[in-house]
This record gives sequence, C-alpha cells and structure tokens, in this order.
Amino acid sequence: MIGWINTIIQGVLLGGLYALFAIGLSLIFGIMRLVNLAHGDLIVFAAFFILATVSAFGVDSFTALLIAAPLMFAAGFLLQYAVLNHTLGRDILPPLLVTFGLSIIIQNGLLEMFSADSKRLSAGAIEVASIPLGGGLAVGLMPLMTLVSAIAVIFALNALFYWLPLGRAFRATSDDPETAQLMGIDNRKIFAIAMGVAMVVSAIAAYYLGVRANFDPSIGPARLIYAFEAVIIGGLGSLWGTLAGGIILGVAQTIGAHIDPEWQILAGHIAFLIVLVLRPRGLFPRAVD
Amino acid sequence: MSLLETRHLTAHYRDFQALFGLNTRLEEGETLAVIGANGAGKSTYLKSISGLLRGAPWSVVFDGEPIGDLPAAEIMRRGIALAPEGRRLFPSLTVEENLLVGNYGRPVPGPWTLDAVFSLFPKLRERRHQASTTLSGGEQQMVAIGRALMSNPRVLLCDEISLGLAPIIIRDIYAALPKIKETGTSVIIVEQDIVQAMKVADRLYCFQEGRISLAGHPAAFSRDEIHAAYFGH
Repeated sequence: MIGWINTIIQGVLLGGLYALFAIGLSLIFGIMRLVNLAHGDLIVFAAFFILATVSAFGVDSFTALLIAAPLMFAAGFLLQYAVLNHTLGRDILPPLLVTFGLSIIIQNGLLEMFSADSKRLSAGAIEVASIPLGGGLAVGLMPLMTLVSAIAVIFALNALFYWLPLGRAFRATSDDPETAQLMGIDNRKIFAIAMGVAMVVSAIAAYYLGVRANFDPSIGPARLIYAFEAVIIGGLGSLWGTLAGGIILGVAQTIGAHIDPEWQILAGHIAFLIVLVLRPRGLFPRAVD
Repeated sequence: MSLLETRHLTAHYRDFQALFGLNTRLEEGETLAVIGANGAGKSTYLKSISGLLRGAPWSVVFDGEPIGDLPAAEIMRRGIALAPEGRRLFPSLTVEENLLVGNYGRPVPGPWTLDAVFSLFPKLRERRHQASTTLSGGEQQMVAIGRALMSNPRVLLCDEISLGLAPIIIRDIYAALPKIKETGTSVIIVEQDIVQAMKVADRLYCFQEGRISLAGHPAAFSRDEIHAAYFGH
C-alpha cells in the first residue's frame, strides 16, 4: 500500500516537470497557433546552455539558470522575429516544416559542440535531500521544487495575462490578430515576446530536467511528445489544465513503472490515448474557441 | 490643409478593383458620412485608411504625412482608430478589458477614459465584468465604439455601426456621435442607413461602384439626387 501511495506521489511530482515542458508549447500554440516541433530540442538546448554557463563561469547550476533565462528570452525573441514570424499565415504547413528543420539543426549543432555523451547538471546536496512524510514515505526536495516551480510559473503567467496590458494584448492577439492590429498591437512583436517568455519557461524546465536525469542532444523529441500529451490531456488554452495533464501523464508513467519498469513510457501513452478517445478536447478545454 | 485626405486612392482584391482613384478629405472636427449600396467600396475605403489594406504612401495623407503604406498598428498609434464592421470584439476579454486594450498602442491622455466611455454608454458600466460575447448586438457596438475612443484618436472611423440593429438601438448609438464630436474628434461614418448618417454628418460622400457619385452638404441634395447617386439610376 505504501508503495502505491509513494508511486502516486512521485507521479504527481514528475507531472510538475512535464507541465514545465508543456507550458511553453501551450503558450505558443495558444497565442499564435504555431505548433513548435523544435520545442523539446529548445529545452535540451537550454539545458546545454546552463551546463556551458556553469563550466564557463564556474557558477552553480541555479545561478547559471538565472544567467541563461534572460539570454533564452532574447534567443526566443530573435528566433520568432527573424525566422518564425515569416512562416505564419493561413497555411499551417510552413511553420511545421521550419520548426521541424530547426529541431534537426539544434540536435546536430548540440551534437557537434557537446558530443553525444550524456551530461548532467549538479545542484549540490539539495539533489538528494528529502522530506520525510512519516509512515515510511518521503518526497525528494528537488522533485517537490519542480512541481512548486510549475505552479509558480502558471501563477506568474496568469498574472501577466490577466493583470497587465501586455497580457491583454496577448489574449486579444490570440482571439483575433487582425483586429488586434487596430489596437496598435504589433503582432510580430507580441509573438516574439511570447516566444521569449516560452523560452524562459523552457530554461526553467531545462534546469529541472538536467538536475533530475542525464540528458544528451537526442532527447528533445521525446520531451516534445510528453509536452504534447500534457497539453492535449489538459485541454488547449488552459495552463492549469496543462498542469493537470502533466500530472496525469506523470502518475500514469510511475504506475506503469511500478507494475513493470518497462511499462513506464507505454503507460503514459495509453493514458493519453484514453483521454483522447473519451474527451477529444481534453479535460479542461477553453470555453471560447 | 485637411486633417485626412485620400489622393487617387485605389484598392484591389486580387483581380477585382474595388476603388477607382478616390479623392476625399476630412477637416479637423468634422463629421463625414460615406454612404452607398453594398459593394460600393465604403468598407474598402475605411480599410485603406486604417491600414488593413495597404497601398501607395501618398494615397492616404494624414496631417500632411503619407500613411498609405503603413501597417494598421502604426496608423492607430498616429491617431486613427477604427470601429470595424461586425464589431469584432475580443471574445475572451471582458467588456472592460475590451475597452482597456483599445489604447494599448496609444496610451495618451485625453477626454476619453474608461469612465468617460461608461458615461457615454451607461449600460456598459453595469456589464463591465461580463464576457463581451454575452452582450446584445447594440451593446457590443457600443463597446466597439468605446474601444476605438479609448486611444483618444484624432480621427474615429465607424464602419456600418447600425448594421443588424433595431431602430431604437440605432438611435441610442447615433445619439453618442454629437458627444464624440464635442470633444473635437473628427469622425468618418460609413453607413447604409442614409437617414441616420445624414442627421449627424457635416458633409457626405456617396460611393457607387468604387467611385464618388455625390459629394457635399447633406441638406444641399434632394431625395431624388441621393437616390440616383446611391443606386445609380
């Protein structure tokens, strides 16, 4: 029994990581209807960026994240402004092709620079710290921080969306890009800012990804799939839904792994398929669409 | 010099030419009505001014500067706001948010604030926290006009603000136009409802198949003249 409770707790915490993967993807799709196939690779790129910052400046990985976050914002802004904005239009194919190509470029670029060896970020003693819950249960501090960070990110983004003029501009552009221009909103700039914000979230995701497990240049596409599944399970357009989607995916995976370690990934995909069959619009779809 | 001019303004939708060299002008503080039948080019005219359709730089001149080739967001920032046909409110924003987003690109001080818009259209104050999709057509039109006013524009463009509304509602909305004029805002209204348009307009243009068929002071024309200019018989 303790084993099962522990499994579910671990699954919920893992869901925090998947939610962090998914938030950026959800944000970009929500605002500009762009399916970013390079999203997973951009997360891995951010992880290598943090790693390189650690070795270049000799700082700890959390400080490296703080350095990387604004730079990732700038990278996302430029990527959107200089490249992806030109692919957006009535046809949905060009952005898919370009981000697919970007995915390949990032993977091979990272392979060139960092080799195929798997790497890891170190967070020091906190990595193995845990909080005992009594009854033989304990939660790791790092997984708990991951979930708390995901929740904090969602709170912060919702505050941005609902309290600030920039957030209103995001939502207006998402509703109707042509009319948004009549409000003096420059869509290209709004999209670039959105991509920058998504990259900051991706850098946070990359930090927890790198501290939790090994990573190498080839793991991006699998992170993209988890992110997709979390977004779709949760329902498009709701960040809390995305968190729920991540948690459902995480719990399904840890339950699968508890039954048989080989079933971890498969169990997640099956949970995704079940939701897709029963609730094709996800569990918490946006009312207006 | 006029505040806003179009000079030989033409517009095309692919192979179809919608406007044929329109010369129009709007003076500071003036209310101009543009009337005409469906397909006369009225909406195209407003789209060209507001930057939703872009053309040659000097085809639209605002305050002495060419703006014909500028994007819509830039034209709004310079002080030309459009209440578009079909209202086009943002469905996921509340009434108040729809109004607030109206000055995103041009947050300048002026007579039009949230409170001023609520005083102009008191019904909106009660419904400020409702989703814009829950409003009646007339209320939605009030939000669309209020949203455009929030940027304290020098020129307000109104595209078919009476479309699909009951006569009593149309009267309410048109009652707001003189108050808008009092603040010094210049207005262009595009209308199929000739009677309403002529009541508030200082001057009018009638369009017919992308050309001006009549121009001048509303009182100067007989019913038959307007009828002929409107329908082309």
